[in-house]
Amino acid sequence: MTATRTPSDQSTSRPLRRPGDRIFAGTAKAAGISILVVLAGVAAFLVVEAVPAVTAPSGEIPGGEGLVGYIAPLLFGTLLSAAIALVVATPLAVAIALFITHYAPRRVAAGLGYVVDLLAAIPSIVYGFWGVYWLAPKLVPLFRWLEENLGFIPFFAGPTSSTGRTMLTVGLVLAIMILPIISAISREVFLQVPTLHKEAALALGATRWEMIRMAVIPYGKSGIIGGSMLGLGRALGETMAVALVLSVSGGITLNLISSANPGTIAANVALEFPESTGLDVNTLIASGLALFVITLAVNMLARWVVNRRADFSGAN
Amino acid sequence: MSVQTPIPTSGASAVTPPQDRVAGRLPRWGQLAAFACGTAIAALLSWLTDSTVVLFVIYAAVLGTLVLYVASRRAEGRRQATDRLVTAIVTSAFGIAMVPLAALVWEVVGRGIERLDAEFFSASLQGIVGEGGGAYHALMGTLIITGLTALISVPVGLMTAIYLVEYAQGRLKRAITFFVDVMTGIPSIVAGLFAYALFVLLFGPGIRLGIMGAVALSVLMIPVVVRSAEEVLKLVPNELREASYALGVPKWRTIVKVVLPTAIAGLGTGVTLAIARVVGETAPLLITVGITNATNFNPFDGRMATLPVYAYYQLTQPGVPPEFAIDRAWTAALILIILVMGLNVVARVISRFFAPKTGR
Repeated sequence: MTATRTPSDQSTSRPLRRPGDRIFAGTAKAAGISILVVLAGVAAFLVVEAVPAVTAPSGEIPGGEGLVGYIAPLLFGTLLSAAIALVVATPLAVAIALFITHYAPRRVAAGLGYVVDLLAAIPSIVYGFWGVYWLAPKLVPLFRWLEENLGFIPFFAGPTSSTGRTMLTVGLVLAIMILPIISAISREVFLQVPTLHKEAALALGATRWEMIRMAVIPYGKSGIIGGSMLGLGRALGETMAVALVLSVSGGITLNLISSANPGTIAANVALEFPESTGLDVNTLIASGLALFVITLAVNMLARWVVNRRADFSGAN
Repeated sequence: MSVQTPIPTSGASAVTPPQDRVAGRLPRWGQLAAFACGTAIAALLSWLTDSTVVLFVIYAAVLGTLVLYVASRRAEGRRQATDRLVTAIVTSAFGIAMVPLAALVWEVVGRGIERLDAEFFSASLQGIVGEGGGAYHALMGTLIITGLTALISVPVGLMTAIYLVEYAQGRLKRAITFFVDVMTGIPSIVAGLFAYALFVLLFGPGIRLGIMGAVALSVLMIPVVVRSAEEVLKLVPNELREASYALGVPKWRTIVKVVLPTAIAGLGTGVTLAIARVVGETAPLLITVGITNATNFNPFDGRMATLPVYAYYQLTQPGVPPEFAIDRAWTAALILIILVMGLNVVARVISRFFAPKTGR
C-alpha cells in the first residue's frame, strides 16, 4: 500500500518522514481499505456461487418452479415478519427511550438504559429457545381469542395453531430483539435535543408531554426513523430465532396465527444448508444474496437518514 | 362611563379562572390512590371472570390509568390529564419491555441449572446415547474459534480506527466510515455464506473448517471493533498529541506510546463487547463449521463443535429419549448467557478501573 503514495516530492517538503511513520501509516490505510475489500468480497463471492442457480433450468431448482418461485415466498415471509416486528417495536422503543431520557429519575436512568441494552446482548438462539418453550404456548389462548373475535380480518383467519409457533409469534420475538436497537438510537437523539428548546417550551407553560411533543419529538424524528430502519435491517436478517420458532409449511399467506407459514430467507438457509449439496447450495446462496442486497439497501438508507441529522444538527 | 364598566367584569374573571387553566393539583397521594382504586376494581373483575394473574396485572394497570385520567381531568383540566396519561403509558412501556428479559432469564436459568454439573464441563458427546455427556468439546470449540476471530478482527479493526482518526481525510474516510456502519448491519447468515463461498473456491464443495467460522465471525466483529475504537480514539485530547509532536516524537510513536495508552480502557471495553457480540452467534457457525460429537482442537482440520450450534442441534435433533439432550441444550444456552453477560460485566469493569486518570 505504501507504493501507492505517489507525491514523493511533497514528502520531502515536509519536515521529516521516517520509515517507521510510513510503514505505520501504510498498514493503517491497508486495514481501512481492507474493510471496503471485504464488503466487495462478500458481494463478489456470493454472486460467483449464486450464478449456477441463476443459470440452471427452472425444473432443477428445489420446488421445481425456478429461482424466483423458490425465493418469492421466502422473501414474503421475511418482509412480513420484519414488518410485524417493526410495527410492534417502534412505538414501544420510542416510549422506552422517552422514559429513560425524560421520565425516569436521573440517578437510575443510566442503569435502566443498561438493562434495556442487555436485551441486545442475549444471543438470538436463546431467544429462539425461549420463544418456542415460553412465549409460543402462552400466546395460543390469545390467538384463539383473536380468531373468535377478529376472525373476519384476514390476518386472524385461523385455524389457530395449537403450538403457537406462528408468524405473529415470530414477529413478537423479533420485536423484542430489535427493541434495544431502536431505543438506543432514539435515546441518543433525545439526549441531543438542545436544552434551550425544552426550557423554552416549559417556560411557555407546557406540560412535560407538550414539551416532548413540541421540542423533543420533532428534533428526534430522523433518529427514530433511522433507528427503526436499523432495527428493520436486523429483523430481516435474523436467523436462529426464526428458524426455531416458526413452523414452516406452505407458501404466501397473510394468515398470522395458523400453523401454515411461509419461511424466511435467513431461517431457510440455516435449516436447509447443513443437509444440502450441489445445486441446492447454490440456490440457498442465491437467496442469501437477495437478502444481502435488501439489508444493504435498508442499512444504507438508514445510515443516510441518521447521518443527515448529524450534519446539520445545531446541538453541539 | 364606558371606561369604568369593564373593571368589575375583569375583576370577576380573575376570581374564576378560564376553563383550561390549571384549576388545582391532585394531591401527592392522588396517583397512588388512583392506582389502588384501579387495582381494587381489577381484583373484583378478575374474581368475577376467574382470570389469570397476567390479566389481573393488565386490568390493574389499565383501570388505574383510567381512574387517574378521569380524576385528573376533573381536578386539573385536559392538558394535565393528558400529561398524566402519557406518563403512565411511557412507564408501562418500560415495564412491558422488562417482561421478556425477566421471563427469558428465569426460564433459561430454571431449565439450564439441571445439568450445570462437572460432567457437563469435562465430557464430550462421543459415544453418548441418552443420559450424561457434556459440552466440553463445544466449549473448547467456541473458545478456539472466538479466539481466532479476535486475533483477526482486533488488529484489523484497531488499525482501521487509527487510520480513520489519525490519518484519513476526504472521500476515502467518508467511504470507509459509511461502509463500516453498513457492515454492522450484514445479517450473520450472509457472513456465513460468504465464508463458505470463499472457501469453496479454494477447497471445493462441502468444506467445513473451524477457521471458516472465524472468518465469518470476523466479518461481523470487525465493524463493531472499528466503531467503538474510533469513538474512543476521538476522545483522546489533541493537546496530548501536540505535546508529543513538540518533543519531536514521530507520529507513529505518538500513536503507539501516547494515544493508545490513553485510550486503553475504552479500547478494552470495546473489544470485550465485540467479543460478547460474536460469541453467541449461531447461524454462521452452523453453515461453516458444522457440528461433531468428538473433541477437535484443530481449526484447520474438519468440523468442530461450538456451544451455540451444539445447543441448536441438541434441541432440534435430541435423539430417542429426547429429554436428556434437551436438558443439555438448555444448559448450553445458560452457559451462553453467562458468557455474554460476564463479558458485558468485564467490559464495564475495564472501563471503570482502567480509565485514565485525568487531571481535571
